[in-house]
Amino acid sequence: MAKHIKIALVGNPNTGKSTLFNLLTGLNQKIGNFPGITVDKKIGYCTLADSRQAEVVDLPGTYSLYPKSKDERIVFQVLADPKNPSHPDVVVLVADATNLRRNLLVYTQVADLGLPVILALNMTDMAKKEGIDVDVNKLSERLGIQVVAISARSNFGLAALKDALSNATAIATQVHGADMNVLAPGAIDQVKHLLKIDNDYLALQILHQHEFLDVYTVEEHAGIEQIKASAGFESSRIQTEETISRYRYLGTVLTGVVKDTGAERKFIFSDKLDAVLTNKFWGFLIFIAILFFVFNSIFSWSSYPMDLIESAFVTLTELGHKYLPNGILTNLLLDGVVAGLGGVVIFIPQIAILFAFISILEDSGYMARVTFMMDKIMRKFGLSGKSVVPMIGSLACAVPSIMSARNIESWKDRIITIMVAPLVSCSARLPVYTLLISLVVPEKMVWGFINLQGLTLMGMYLISIVAAVFVAFIMKFLIKAKEKSYFIMELPVYRMPRWTNVLYTMYEKSKTFVFEAGKVIIAISIILWVLASYGPPSRFKAIDDKYAAIEAQKDSTQISTLERDRSAEKLENSYAGILGHVIEPAIKPLGFDWKIGIALITSFAAREAFVGTMATIYSVDSDEEVATIRNKMRSARNSETGLPVFTFATAFSLMLFYAFAMQCMSTVAIVYRETKSWKWPVIQLVYMTVMAYIASLIAYQLLK
Amino acid sequence: MRLSELKPGEKGTIVEFTDLEMSVKLMEMGCLPGEIVEVERFAPLGDPIAIRVAGYQLCLRKNEASVIIIQY
Repeated sequence: MAKHIKIALVGNPNTGKSTLFNLLTGLNQKIGNFPGITVDKKIGYCTLADSRQAEVVDLPGTYSLYPKSKDERIVFQVLADPKNPSHPDVVVLVADATNLRRNLLVYTQVADLGLPVILALNMTDMAKKEGIDVDVNKLSERLGIQVVAISARSNFGLAALKDALSNATAIATQVHGADMNVLAPGAIDQVKHLLKIDNDYLALQILHQHEFLDVYTVEEHAGIEQIKASAGFESSRIQTEETISRYRYLGTVLTGVVKDTGAERKFIFSDKLDAVLTNKFWGFLIFIAILFFVFNSIFSWSSYPMDLIESAFVTLTELGHKYLPNGILTNLLLDGVVAGLGGVVIFIPQIAILFAFISILEDSGYMARVTFMMDKIMRKFGLSGKSVVPMIGSLACAVPSIMSARNIESWKDRIITIMVAPLVSCSARLPVYTLLISLVVPEKMVWGFINLQGLTLMGMYLISIVAAVFVAFIMKFLIKAKEKSYFIMELPVYRMPRWTNVLYTMYEKSKTFVFEAGKVIIAISIILWVLASYGPPSRFKAIDDKYAAIEAQKDSTQISTLERDRSAEKLENSYAGILGHVIEPAIKPLGFDWKIGIALITSFAAREAFVGTMATIYSVDSDEEVATIRNKMRSARNSETGLPVFTFATAFSLMLFYAFAMQCMSTVAIVYRETKSWKWPVIQLVYMTVMAYIASLIAYQLLK
Repeated sequence: MRLSELKPGEKGTIVEFTDLEMSVKLMEMGCLPGEIVEVERFAPLGDPIAIRVAGYQLCLRKNEASVIIIQY
């Protein structure tokens, strides 16, 4: 047998598949892409009992091989196509022991494809507690495969599973289940003959969904279509017959294997919680309270680590200036690279906290209830209850959320969700908000426990959500539906969130942010530093000459202020300054000066660049005293009027601009990939920019 | 009678479906003819509804529930 084996984890959603994946692979995992499509491919590595290396792929959770959404389609593509790079040597089918029959439907399908399978019965401890007893040996005997009882949550049975994996044979051992050939006898035989395969069920699956397998030639696809036409192949009817015969088979298999002595008990706790959490009155109130708690926590819990990071970078820059030789390289390193790096690292606490909450809410089962409660409202606005998860996910980042919108089966619901998701304030706007709020909103407590700054922050998020819903409502009338929308979804029982999963999510998201967004931010910081430090040579020379002449006449006490004036004048005449000045007339009605203009330009690459840009511009601009960006911005004065640049009106107008404008290249790219056309990203870019401009204009003109 | 006509706490046995495409999805989720369904609760705004079927809780919209013919 090969030294290196490939394992795929398959199973229903909410079966603890990801927990098992984390247990098997530890931190030894990475996120990749399946070729040609954008489904996240989670791969990890582990060592088996016989010291062989195994590559483990965690496939999206699914109830059957017939996909209900784009995301689920990958399971069929990986399992049915031996040439797929992720095609496994052995499948670990993860099934929830507390609801075995429904969980085994997809098992029978995978088994019928003829792949070697190991059944991992998860949550066996939970099942026992709830009075469900599964006879593992009998089940293993009846199915003809290895069955391992595990509990991913309490780390039980992992060694046994690894043993089973090293004992796995290359040839499938499972007994034949329900007869599939009877469903479409003639057509199945013809496909087997055409494609030279000998598996009835694979042939049947190919009849159903060959268009998603790209291993076949155009002629072969045409041949399959012909077979379907001449046999009068009715896909939906045959699928229902298949499901019924599989459940009938499972009924026989499970007789005497599962002993149920009061499974109803497992619902008592969930029912009691649901009575409150999805209550007419309390349901929404609790949801809003939870949202408020999340934002309050993001603000208050992150302040200490952020201060720490901020001062660490200040110290680093100070030490650098003190000990490194003066020169262009040192300046580039400290004011370009280190300043940019500081602008990245400072986000980590907030991103980690936000993702911790999202992962807790999803893991506990509460997110499914939010979907359930919100569906009717969301539908009024052209969305679906399932849009809630991408929308809440957009609080973190629109890119993965737009990808997760693939779970929405209806095309129209999905497009609208994609179009409005970037309006929801993402974590990249968070530093913009926090910086501006801390500048103009006093740090006061209302009623002793509500942080005024936190309240303002929540207000910004509410504005963005209202805007998203409003735009969705308009789009509902502009976009034509292609098919019916569905909302058939499992409500999992409430469970304690698995804290290791929460930690993994925090780690993984922070890491992705630092490495993905970080690259862009640091690159932009360096470009900016260059743009802000250099300008047309003739202009720079004129400034130098002018100050040299003045200096010659003045005494030394005034030289330091002269020096400051000179660098300010230089910045204004640098390439960045010139660019800022070019767009100043357009943004002046919004209350922005040319420095903010520079930040707006860089932010079109990524919003995160705002704070980094400010840091770069103000560190180039200010005197030698190293202070924090916040203090520098607070003391910034308009050179003409002498008034502070960051007034309440300017800050609010700027926040609204960042709230609505499409300032993220990654989002544009992902919308293009997901909708397969430039039409949608272009519409999105235009409507969001126009909306941002108008909103800022109104806000500034009213508040100033 | 249709599943959508039941009130919370009421039970019925699935007899058939009036929509073939929807029945594929419902059956995969364990809603098979002969299976007992109980309406657990309505969402705060009256729609969707949560039902107990095949040993777990499923939620679906009322118009989806209306394709399930039950015997009360």
